[in-house]
Amino acid sequence: MALINNGALVEDDFVYLDDDANLPEDDAVIVSLERWQASRENLLRRSAPIGLLLKSDQLPECIGEGLQRLAVIALEFPAFRDGRAYSYARLLRDKYAYKGELRAVGDILLEQLHFMVRTGFDSFEFETDDPLRDFEVAASDFSVWYQPTGDGRDTASELRWRHLDPVLSTCPVAGPKRTDNASGWRSFLARRA
Amino acid sequence: MYRYDEFDEKLVCERVEQFRRQVERRMSGELTEDQFKPLRLLNGLYMQLHAYMLRVNIPYGSLSSKQMRVFAHVARNYDKGFGHFTTRQNIQYNWVKLEEVPDLLKELAEVEVTAIQSSGNCVRNITADQYAGRAAEELADPRPYCELLRQYSLLHPEFSYLPRKFKISVTGSPTDRAAVALHDIGLRMHLNSSGKMGFEILVGGGQGRTPFIAHTIREWLDPEHVLSYVEAILRVYNIHGRRDNIYKARIKIVVNQMGIDKYRELVDEEWERIKDGSLNVPQKEIDRINDYFAPPVYETLEDVSDDLDSLREISADFDRWMNSNVVAHKSAGYSIVNITLKAPDRVPGDITADDMDALADLSERYSFGEIRVSHRQNLTFVDVQQRDLHSLWQDLDAIDLATPNLGQLTDIICCPGLDFCSLANARSIPVANDINQHFLDVDRLALVGDLTVNISGCMNACGHHHVGNIGILGVDKRGKEFFQLTLGGSSDEGASLGDRLGRGLPQEDVPEAIEAIVDRYLETRNDGERFLDTYRRVGIKPFQNAVYGDVSTKVVA
Repeated sequence: MALINNGALVEDDFVYLDDDANLPEDDAVIVSLERWQASRENLLRRSAPIGLLLKSDQLPECIGEGLQRLAVIALEFPAFRDGRAYSYARLLRDKYAYKGELRAVGDILLEQLHFMVRTGFDSFEFETDDPLRDFEVAASDFSVWYQPTGDGRDTASELRWRHLDPVLSTCPVAGPKRTDNASGWRSFLARRA
Repeated sequence: MYRYDEFDEKLVCERVEQFRRQVERRMSGELTEDQFKPLRLLNGLYMQLHAYMLRVNIPYGSLSSKQMRVFAHVARNYDKGFGHFTTRQNIQYNWVKLEEVPDLLKELAEVEVTAIQSSGNCVRNITADQYAGRAAEELADPRPYCELLRQYSLLHPEFSYLPRKFKISVTGSPTDRAAVALHDIGLRMHLNSSGKMGFEILVGGGQGRTPFIAHTIREWLDPEHVLSYVEAILRVYNIHGRRDNIYKARIKIVVNQMGIDKYRELVDEEWERIKDGSLNVPQKEIDRINDYFAPPVYETLEDVSDDLDSLREISADFDRWMNSNVVAHKSAGYSIVNITLKAPDRVPGDITADDMDALADLSERYSFGEIRVSHRQNLTFVDVQQRDLHSLWQDLDAIDLATPNLGQLTDIICCPGLDFCSLANARSIPVANDINQHFLDVDRLALVGDLTVNISGCMNACGHHHVGNIGILGVDKRGKEFFQLTLGGSSDEGASLGDRLGRGLPQEDVPEAIEAIVDRYLETRNDGERFLDTYRRVGIKPFQNAVYGDVSTKVVA
């Protein structure tokens, strides 16, 4: 399975650890929510990175204490039709202020990558002949966005107001942005100030 | 009317090109039908019994004459010369070819029309009162909010793979012509106790095999919060909606299993977190969009009555049409004119390319080139000068589009049924035609007055049978088609679901059963009572007796 992380094809440093497998001392592992809940302290005691796989019926609120120490949260799409993880990604980024790697795994259509990028995912496990090229094409299908999703992109509404009213401080539709993405509205404002 | 700016235009073009690439991958075999299906569905392309069907959006039911001419062009060049208006302000083409769809979508995009999200498990076309901005009794124009919601929901990254389809409807009038209580979310504009305009938010209404009237989740919401509140409802639904059974996946099921109070609690908790964020819609942005919907420049006129009265005395046909199809406008000297697509020999909602062109011409001559589409599958000219009414009526009559039956029992909502649809159990169109043929006496229809008849060819209820004053549902019993009648449904303000009358009837007995129901109503009604009022007063028994007593020999055991 190929892994695209922040727009690059990379080696996966993590292995998925079965619930009954021994915990290695030095390897980066991704564990189930059940194992996380049962042995959180033991998992966090190590210095090696730890990740968590949430199944589509496991809500982010189940993660609890230690969330910010997770290096990866992998959200599962058991079928491409099951869109719960888009909302989990939004919640993890916006409500729980999770800054680590957010990985999409499971049944993923290329056409969905664009939506995943916009909802806060930054890494993707999928298999095609040329994953990097396919990712780049799929992630750039669109250049106009209506919804503020906290991904730092300017919405059509913001761009309209910037055009109508170049005095940016009066822009009525600028909302808070999550990332410090250079194209973000807030950093744009900061540069102009 | 709304006009695309560079952003709207770019997005729609990018979408057409994306779909063109997907069709190419399908044609070359790179995508299997299974892989292609969700992609085509998000562009309104269904596989029906005989061919692909394309469903095209008419946002909040508002069309320009230019757009109507392109619909006619599409009907001629990509279909068999006609189109079908649906109950959700869409037009459907039943005979398109897959390889031609990208070009078809490109032609639609050039006049700012799309098929994006007209199917699939996402937010569908945002619908509204077809008299929006014009009705005499309206409080405020719902279309600016519909446009906000249209943009908000278009290719929404979080909500394009919901548990099931999601329908939103908005009314700005106390008279509900948008069926808001039968939608996943219904928005009803009204004044709060301090006189400020806002929205009552309804949630969890719907038809199909498990019909529900929506619950009020919030009595009044400030318009600036409309997007954040809708987002909170959608997020709770996306997370908690059932994914294990498509028949239990609509929001109505979650709301009713969880209870409206619990659902409200979850929504309010989420909404509190996001309500003052980037989804907030400031007044300045509402005003900007509102400007697109400014009414045309009306002449200063008085209401015309004397001239019309004399013309009405001369022509009984004109008089009937005036009584049934012409509605009060908020501006003096103007009227709203309805064109029903329900003549005795018509398929309800169908329209030919020639008629589309003719109506585009007439709308330019009489109504500022705008045409509205209603959820009852009719068309409306919303700005007709009263002094032009007689000449418009003559022009409509010349093309057989002056049928004087708006809201009457031959103004039937009807799904495509087994003639086209792969889900149907029964043919619904022939039943509509039978009823039309049985009730040819226009004076009798006028005497009966307001009475909605809705026909669905299966329990998925695309023909809205649950909310017809008389509902007719096609069922399959041991390979034979039967029709189950319900009475007392309504999608208007004070919406209700119909009650089952009794055993199903064979197709040939349906018109006489309706005749018996109508006769019983006429005997029973008090002065000024509509059918629905009488039904609510006397209940179902007298009508059961009328159908299964008097015509008991025709009832199938």
